[in-house]
Amino acid sequence: MADIYLDNNATTACDAKVVEAMLPYFLEQFGNPSSMHSFGSGVGRALSKARKQVQALLGAEHDSEIIFTSCGTESDNTAILSALKCFPNRKEIITTAVEHPAVLALCTQLEKEGYTIHRLAVDGKGRLDLDEYKKLLTPNVAIVSVMWANNETGTLFPVLEMAELAHAADIQFHTDAVQAVGKVPIDLKNSNIDMLSVSGHKLHAPKGIGVLYLKRGVRFRPLFRGGHQERGRRAGTENAASVIGLGQACELAQEHIECENVQVKALRDRLEQGILAQVPNCFVTGDADHRLPNTCNIAFEYIEGESILMLLNKQGIAASSGSACTSGSLEPSHVMRAMGIPYTAAHGTIRFSLSRYNTQAEIDRVVAAVPPIIADLRKMSPYWGENGPVEEPGKAFAPVYA
Amino acid sequence: MWDYSEKVKEHFYNPRNVGALPDANGVGDVGSLNCGDALRLSIKVNPETEVIEAATFQTFGCGSAIASSSALTEIIKGLPLDEALKVSNQDIADYLDGLPPEKMHCSVMGREALQAAVANYRGVEWKDDHEEGALICKCFAVDAVMIEETIRANNLRTVQDVAHYTKAGGGCAACHEGIEEVLTRVLAEQGITFDPEAVSKVDQPEPLPIAATIKPAGKLTTVQRIHRIEQIIDSIRPNLRMDGGDCELVEVDGNIIYVNMVGACAGCGMAAMTIGGIQQRLMEELGEFIRVIPAEHMQHPHPNPLPRGEGAQRAPVEQRRAAHG
Ligand SMILES: Cc1ncc(COP(=O)(O)O)c(C=O)c1O
Ligand code: FES
Repeated sequence: MADIYLDNNATTACDAKVVEAMLPYFLEQFGNPSSMHSFGSGVGRALSKARKQVQALLGAEHDSEIIFTSCGTESDNTAILSALKCFPNRKEIITTAVEHPAVLALCTQLEKEGYTIHRLAVDGKGRLDLDEYKKLLTPNVAIVSVMWANNETGTLFPVLEMAELAHAADIQFHTDAVQAVGKVPIDLKNSNIDMLSVSGHKLHAPKGIGVLYLKRGVRFRPLFRGGHQERGRRAGTENAASVIGLGQACELAQEHIECENVQVKALRDRLEQGILAQVPNCFVTGDADHRLPNTCNIAFEYIEGESILMLLNKQGIAASSGSACTSGSLEPSHVMRAMGIPYTAAHGTIRFSLSRYNTQAEIDRVVAAVPPIIADLRKMSPYWGENGPVEEPGKAFAPVYA
Repeated sequence: MWDYSEKVKEHFYNPRNVGALPDANGVGDVGSLNCGDALRLSIKVNPETEVIEAATFQTFGCGSAIASSSALTEIIKGLPLDEALKVSNQDIADYLDGLPPEKMHCSVMGREALQAAVANYRGVEWKDDHEEGALICKCFAVDAVMIEETIRANNLRTVQDVAHYTKAGGGCAACHEGIEEVLTRVLAEQGITFDPEAVSKVDQPEPLPIAATIKPAGKLTTVQRIHRIEQIIDSIRPNLRMDGGDCELVEVDGNIIYVNMVGACAGCGMAAMTIGGIQQRLMEELGEFIRVIPAEHMQHPHPNPLPRGEGAQRAPVEQRRAAHG
C-alpha cells in the first residue's frame, strides 16, 4: 500500500506540470536573464510570464509588485526589517503570539535590540481581540505583521479588516500568507495590505522560492543590495527555474481553488468526524468555523504527539505534531500554549493537512488506523486508567519535582 | 524525524514491562503534570535479598521516553538495589545504542525515576537535584543550566572558557551565539558586561577525565605511547558513540596517527571535524604535534596534510617546529 501524505502544511509535492515547466531551464535555457544574448532573453520572457501568473493568483494590480525571494522566511524578514529602516523613529511592532518562527524569532531578536513587540493574544479558539489591536495602533508602530492563516490549526485571521485599520492609522501592514495562498481567494488590489509573503513549496512549487508582494508606492528598503534584479529591491541572480515553477504552480492553484474549498474540505471533514466519532477525549483545536479547508488539528488527551506520529508512520501515514520533545523537557507548541490548551492535551496535538492529491480511500484508511494507536498509547499513560482518564490526574500522579 | 537507532525503535514499538505493578513496593514518579513530561516506575523488591524482582513503567512521553523506560526496566530487573542505583542515564542510552542529544533528558528521567522508586521503597524522602535548561550545544548535549553553573563556579568570561570547561561550543561552533547570550546574562548578575573580544584566561584546558588516569607526558616507550593514545581515544569514544559512530586506532607512525572512522562517523559530513577534534585532543594530551589521518589514506605517500573542518586548527608554530626538530 502506498504511503499517505497528510503533512501538506509542512511542504507539498511538486506538481508534475511544475517540474515539466522547469526542466528546460536547467540544461537548455540556462542563461542569465540579464545577459545581452539569446541565452538570456528566453529566460527573461519566461520570468515575466511567471510574474504575471503570480500576480493573477494574488490579484495584484501590477506585476512589478511581485518580488521573488528565496523563501517565505526571507519575505517575512524583508518586510519587517524594511519598515524598521523606513521609519527609524518608530520603535514598536505589532504581531501575534501565534506567528510562524519566521516572524516571531525575528521579533524576539529585535526586542533584544530595543524594539517593543506587541504580541496579540488569542483566545481558546485561537481568535484575536480586535479591540486590543485597535488600542495599539499608535504613531510609534512601524509595522503590523499578522499571518493570514495559522500553519498549525489553519485558523484564519481577519487580515483585510486589520489592514484597513492599520492603513487608517498610517501604519504599514504585512501579512504572512504562506499557508493561505492557493487555498483562500486573495484580491490584493482591493485591499489595504501593503506587503504579503508567499512560499512556493506550500503550493506544489519547489522549495527555496518565495515572493514578497509590495504594493506600489509603499516605502521599502531592500534586505539585499547588489545587482538590479527585481528592480533593485532584491538583488541576486534570479532562481530562474524555480521562479518559472512557482508561476506554473500559481496558475494551477488558481484552477484548483474551488477544488480546495469543496473536495479537499469534504475529505478533511470526513477525516475529522471519523476520528472524533471513534476516539474519546479528543477535540479540534483552533477556530473550526474559520480555518483553512485542508487543515485539521486534533488534540488527543493524555498521550504525546511524537509517539502517535511514529506509530502512524509505521503504517505509512505522515502527519505532524504540535509537541516537540526537544530540549530539557517536552515543549508544546507556542500556538497551543497561546490558546491555553492544557499541557496534557497540547502534547497530543496532531495536525493532518491535506492536498488535492489525497483520496477518500486514503482518508478512510487513516480513520481506521488512528483509534487503535491512541488506545495503545493510552495504555502506557500514567494519566489513563482502564477505560478513561484517571480521576484527578493531578493527584493520582504526583511527581517529586515540578 | 529523529534519527533513532534500531534499538530505540524496537523498544518503542515493543515496549517491555508496561503498566502498573499491582504488588509493587516501590513507586517513583518524576516529571511534571504542568509540562506533561511524566514517568512512573514501579518496582517489586524482595525484602530478604533486596533484589528487584519486577519493574514496570507508565509514561506520558515521546518515543525515546518510552524506549528509555522500557530499557531501564530491562536493565534493572534482577539487580540488587545497590547495583541498580549505579545505572546511569548514559547506561540507558548505551543500552539503546545511543539517543539524539536532544533526547538525553529522557534517559535522565529514567534514572531519576529509579532513584525515586528506591527511596520510596526504603521509606526515605527523595530530593531531586534535577534542573535542566534549554539545550544550547547540540554537538555535546550541554544545556543552559549546566553552562550557567559552570560560568558562576569558575568565573568564566568567554565562549572559549565555556568550551574548555563544558565542551559546549567546542564542535561545530553554531551554538556560540547561544553561549554568548548565557554569558551576557550570567555576567550581568555580577555587574559585569560581557566582552566578546576578551581574551580567554584559560591557557591550559581544564584537566579532562583522562588526565587523571594517565601520567603527564614524559619520555614514553613506544608501547606506552601507543597504549596512551588508545586510552585517549577510548575517552572520546562515548561522544562518538552518541552520534552513532566510532573510531579505531590503526597505525602510529611517528607524529602521524592513522585511524579508522566507523559507523555514522565514517563518511559523514562531520568526519573531518571529528578527526580534527580527536587530533586536537591527542595534541593536548600528549603535548606534542600530532596529525590524525583516516586509515584509507595510508597507501598514499603524501596524505592530505591536515584534515579540513573547523575542528582542525593548525598547531601553534612552536609545536610544529618541535615536531620537526
Ligand atoms: C506561516 C508560515 N510562514 C512562513 C513559513 C516559512 O516558509 P519557508 O519555509 O519558505 O521559509 C512557513 C512554513 O514553514 C509557514 O507555515
Ligand atoms: S552545537 Fe555547540 S559546538 Fe556544535
